[in-house]
Amino acid sequence: MTTVFDPGAEAARATDAILRDTLHGAHRGVVVDSPPGAGKSTLVVRAALELAQAGRPLMVIAQTNAQVDDLVVRLAEKNPELPVGRLHSSDSDPYDKALDELPNVRKSAKAGDLAGLDVVISTAAKWAHVKGVEPWRHAIVDEAYQMRSDALLAVAGLFERALFVGDPGQLDPFAIVGSEQWAGLSYDPSASAVTTLLAHNPELPQHRLPVSWRLPASAAPLVSAAFYPFTPFRSGTGHGDRRLAFAVPSDGSAPDRVIDEAAESGWGLLELPARHTPRTDPEAVRALALVVRRLLDRGGAATSERSPDAAPLTADRIAVGTAHRDQAAAVRAALAELGVPEVTVDTANRLQGREFDVTVVLHPLSGRPDATAFHLETGRLCVLASRHRHACIVVCRAGVTDLLDDHPSTEPVQLGVTVKFPDGWEANHAVFSHLSEHRVVWES
Amino acid sequence: MTLITTLARLEAVSTGRAQPLTTVRHRHLTDHPLVLVPLTTAGEAGAPLGALVGTDRDAPRLLVVPQPRDRDLRFAFLTELADIVLPYIDAYADDVEAAERNETDPETGKRVKVEVELCADAPQLIVPGRAGIELVRLLGRSMRFRRTAEQDPETPYPAPPRVPLLGRWLTHYGERARVPGSSLLTALTDALSRHWATGQSSLEDQHLGALLAWIDPPRGESGAEAALRAELERDAQGQLVCPPAGPATDPAFDNKLLAPAIERYDRARTAFAAAEDGVEADDRLGELTAAERQIHELVASRTRPTWDAVWHGLDLLRTLPEGPRAADRWTRDRWSFTGHRDRVLAGEPPQPRRDDAVTAANKLATREREQARLEAQEALDDPLVMAGRRLGGEAFAGEVIDVVMAYSEGKRAAPRPLVTVRTDDRPHLGERAKVYRSLGGKPQSAEFVGYEADGSAGVSDNGGVLVVLRILDKMGRGKEPEPGSVPEKGEPLCFTLFEHEQRGGAKLPEPEDTPWTHGGPPGETEAAPPPDAVTPEDVL
Repeated sequence: MTTVFDPGAEAARATDAILRDTLHGAHRGVVVDSPPGAGKSTLVVRAALELAQAGRPLMVIAQTNAQVDDLVVRLAEKNPELPVGRLHSSDSDPYDKALDELPNVRKSAKAGDLAGLDVVISTAAKWAHVKGVEPWRHAIVDEAYQMRSDALLAVAGLFERALFVGDPGQLDPFAIVGSEQWAGLSYDPSASAVTTLLAHNPELPQHRLPVSWRLPASAAPLVSAAFYPFTPFRSGTGHGDRRLAFAVPSDGSAPDRVIDEAAESGWGLLELPARHTPRTDPEAVRALALVVRRLLDRGGAATSERSPDAAPLTADRIAVGTAHRDQAAAVRAALAELGVPEVTVDTANRLQGREFDVTVVLHPLSGRPDATAFHLETGRLCVLASRHRHACIVVCRAGVTDLLDDHPSTEPVQLGVTVKFPDGWEANHAVFSHLSEHRVVWES
Repeated sequence: MTLITTLARLEAVSTGRAQPLTTVRHRHLTDHPLVLVPLTTAGEAGAPLGALVGTDRDAPRLLVVPQPRDRDLRFAFLTELADIVLPYIDAYADDVEAAERNETDPETGKRVKVEVELCADAPQLIVPGRAGIELVRLLGRSMRFRRTAEQDPETPYPAPPRVPLLGRWLTHYGERARVPGSSLLTALTDALSRHWATGQSSLEDQHLGALLAWIDPPRGESGAEAALRAELERDAQGQLVCPPAGPATDPAFDNKLLAPAIERYDRARTAFAAAEDGVEADDRLGELTAAERQIHELVASRTRPTWDAVWHGLDLLRTLPEGPRAADRWTRDRWSFTGHRDRVLAGEPPQPRRDDAVTAANKLATREREQARLEAQEALDDPLVMAGRRLGGEAFAGEVIDVVMAYSEGKRAAPRPLVTVRTDDRPHLGERAKVYRSLGGKPQSAEFVGYEADGSAGVSDNGGVLVVLRILDKMGRGKEPEPGSVPEKGEPLCFTLFEHEQRGGAKLPEPEDTPWTHGGPPGETEAAPPPDAVTPEDVL
């Protein structure tokens, strides 16, 4: 007898186990690893609601203001009656104006004003300034793998127990100065919060969400194998569940052909002729902009499990991802010239946690003469290759595989530091060998 | 590497001379720095072979360890070094000025101003390169836990009296050198390559001789030729004409000159020890002294060129006027020096082997803040550095072409004038991005409102963009902005997308309150940690 994989049931089982450990477990902490789009935010909201219902005051620590506002809105959607506190900074415009519409959300820059509310949410940076309050019995730390160990040190005194949720495959936190001095120490301040937590508390229960609801069946196996080789996950949808179609047929140009390839297979590689270029490679930037322009012009329609009718592929469902901010700025300028101002264009760091129907990505190694640790970083490629629900189109100069072969990883080995698998070199090769099956060559 | 540095390097290649990266000096230099040119022995980590040290360029003190594996000779070297460095440090410790510092009052918990001493100047240590800083750290590490006979009569190998103290100071200097913008302990190659771009890689820039060859090539020679000569040229005996700046020595020197000399010294020493009567001993002492003198001459011959190069490099740096904000960073160095002076005076134990969780996090936070401060201050001090930031889209300069008075909404209307700036730069302005300009040394912030369509305001068809900004602060409390606080039409301005001043971070818990996530409070620290255990290697 073969067991049929039922993604919904699998995910529910995992969630139940997590909530059981969180609400009734004996340990002070619970760690949850979540691959891209596995319902991390849903889990956080659900855990928060259940803890609040159990009468346990809760603090939620997220990393950015956008994440905090998003969580507040989601909580209010699920339970409009729940008294929620939004602790914010004293800058101007500290929170999303949408929060003003929510009657049960109290906002303040002082933690004292929010005392007694069921749930209080803020960023780690703001929580670090809260002093002299009674510790919360419970905390949820969101995006804990993107939080630095020193940020956790600053806030850990505020709670007794905590649920740590995050995606280990995304970008690691970084420091703008060297921190080799502390490499190998269990509390290395530049390491991720989870690394430090588990180094000191190895007995904590660790869970994993097994199903990605975002990634389509065409992407989940690749992303899982390339970036999560030891903790595989599945897609929540099957091969026929999602479809991307275009009203206007291809005009035979390279952008149109790569769009068709990606609509069909979920992946497309638009390969430009090999060349060493500056970071803001004008030809590659132009190609990215053209692909986006054509995606919009061709009247795309996305069919998915969410609704029986096809949803139009609009500008807000498309994103462009780059490695560097100046590249993003160059793409924005090129899009503005083509009359496409509304598409999200950002770096991998800023696209973390976001979701689109189609993403167009400038490969981090495109046109480079060398492969540095920054450009090889596993998390960067993982973020860029896992933001889409339907298709991902990568724009790249030819010759990346040769470049990879010329630059094996040469980072110094630090004693006491757990080696992260897979390394960026390996992951890049895995992704590239898959992408090259969906290659469209740009003829200039 | 930023675009402007790449351009400068390309220009250096094509002109054959290093190109300036700055118009002012961004590192403070004191009037009397202590220069240290150390050499180590191959094959043993941090075993000193000798050093040239001093504050007078014409009269350096030469210290030599004729047999680097001999621990007694090594301690003798360290004692001599302490006798030079510690008096130099002490000379600065007593010259103080009154200063104020914010401290938390233990009773009320309020921040109060406390009158404290601040050393008027601080001793500055210059080494040729980064490897020199590493050696300073290593020497500090090897000395600060040593016990003197006075501290511990039982210790089998007591250290000479002042050696542990030297270790603590070298450790402090080595640690301070990790703080961006600090100048207490400066590697000359770092300071020079901050101010000039050569036509070679930054790795090659760490060769002091080659770096100086690019910056100040001999007459009639290009920087590239001179640098190549500095790296490779050997004399008839196969020795490098420009010896490496150390602490590591050239293997050809080790094998052909140093090893035979040390061997001769060892033989002479054994023979002297075996002498049976006074006449024989006198003869053999003569041989021993000659052998020792030979090693002295060898060490002098390898350190003196570097010594002269260091002073030459300092001269080059002094040709640049010091940037105004470099003095502010030097004041931080003086605080750091004063703080360590106070810890030593208070009888605190030496710095621990490893930082605890809170100390490590505090250090990292400080260094990140200092890095951001350094980058901002260098740009504000120096139009050439600012040009690099403008080229990178992080700043823009232009002329004010329109000012429209506007007010904020709300109960008390405050002035929020709209300023239109025409610029040829291409800043990466996001929606409602904050920008800053310097107004009388203080940052005034503004908000990006949008671009005005080119030409619509009747100006500029020459490729510039019109940036509309809303000024947000520094205009006083009244309804009318204070005079001079709002840009005027025609005024040239430079706005940055980065902040000019750094906010202090949140206060971390005390080490004894280290939370469970970070392993809880560190165990009771012993008053003075024991020195490293003696291993067979130590008594070879």
